[in-house]
Amino acid sequence: MEHNINIKVTDREGVMHQLIAPTDMAMNLMEVFKAYELPVEGTCGGMAMCASCQCYIESDHQLNEMQDEEEAMLSEAFYVKSNSRLGCQIPITSNLNELEVTLAPEY
Amino acid sequence: MIKTDILIIGAGPTGLFTVFEAGLLKLKCHLIDALAQPGGQCSEIYPKKPIYDIPGFPEILAGDLTKNLLEQSKQFEPGFTLGERADTIEKQEDGTFIVTTNKGTKHQAHVVAIAGGLGSFEPRKPQLENLEKFEDNGVAYMIKDPEVYRDKKVVIAGGGDSALDWSIFLADVASEVTLIHRRNEFRGALDSVEKVRELKLLNKINLITPAEVTALHGDDTLQGITVTREGEEEVIETDHFIPLFGLSPKLGPIANWGLEIEKNAIKVDTFDYQTNVPGIFAIGDVNTYPGKLKLILCGFHEATLMCQSAFQIINPGKRNVLKYTTVSGIDGFDGTRKEAPKAVVQAIQ
Repeated sequence: MEHNINIKVTDREGVMHQLIAPTDMAMNLMEVFKAYELPVEGTCGGMAMCASCQCYIESDHQLNEMQDEEEAMLSEAFYVKSNSRLGCQIPITSNLNELEVTLAPEY
Repeated sequence: MIKTDILIIGAGPTGLFTVFEAGLLKLKCHLIDALAQPGGQCSEIYPKKPIYDIPGFPEILAGDLTKNLLEQSKQFEPGFTLGERADTIEKQEDGTFIVTTNKGTKHQAHVVAIAGGLGSFEPRKPQLENLEKFEDNGVAYMIKDPEVYRDKKVVIAGGGDSALDWSIFLADVASEVTLIHRRNEFRGALDSVEKVRELKLLNKINLITPAEVTALHGDDTLQGITVTREGEEEVIETDHFIPLFGLSPKLGPIANWGLEIEKNAIKVDTFDYQTNVPGIFAIGDVNTYPGKLKLILCGFHEATLMCQSAFQIINPGKRNVLKYTTVSGIDGFDGTRKEAPKAVVQAIQ
């Protein structure tokens, strides 16, 4: 489909999921996780205020730049690595086709 | 023992609105919340953020919504047990429930309404050896009574609003305040950051960044911490260590109350949002049913319907009819009465 991209998500048990995400529904990565009922709380609803949707970007896609709020939240979160991002701050766009991510541990 | 008609677990928007709807039916409510203040996520996570889907409010800040809900329910004199988590529930022979908190406070009610949102907010704890040993012996994750810190040495860790706000507040209370954060940048209201900068220059706050607390010291009570900054360790004497790394919600002990749970939410009957245990209801984000949407406005609706069944449980067989506040007015438990102004019937000469 024209408005869909593929995303590979490895969950906390190491299981890989192939997701199809629409690019025309103003969704972000956290919302895609939730739409597929992956175990991501998205507690704050997507305001970069809880880090429950933290994930590690495994592919070398060019992502949107991190804003202050996300950077600050990640500076307070646990299990943060250099490739950590908050799923809620990554809009689903066509250039993210074949993106590969791993869910960060729950805290 | 605190006695009430409806015991509400969770003082978020849904729990607060339950007080109002119950009050219209002359039922008294008491709320338990793990947080130190009412409002739930609205006051804890995003008080300054606007909400656009509360009917009748094109835009309202989450903090203002909480304030309004408190104002709306005030006349029904709700009781509050704040900063305590509902831990156990026991059904009594007379059909009432006794709910005990983690601090041992007991509450007795005919009906229990769980409005717990995503669960009770538990502080996110730093991974430090001996941390639990010092809990309540120098380590605290929440400030309930600032007077505890008067003339004491306090170390606060964190980079958000609460770390900033409490450092500012305690600068005038404690004998020494040290604020430690992993980064040089703080995420908080601009004026709070400015204020901390000012207090640092006045030597009223000892600011250590980018640094982390890496060890705790003391025998029975906390006496000091190790702070690691760019690989270098330093021991700082302190009476208190307050890590403020935010909160994460956990369904917690409610998960063991014998209620049917599905994906961290409590299954309910959509007739009246009762759980599989008669007399225990679940409303708002904490419940699940086919078609469930986690929206504040859905919580309000669920609370309203739930109160009708609660009335029948508390007053078996008593007749009751839906009344409109515009017609009937509101009689508060505090003796106040609100009503629409009477129309004037007068001939025009």
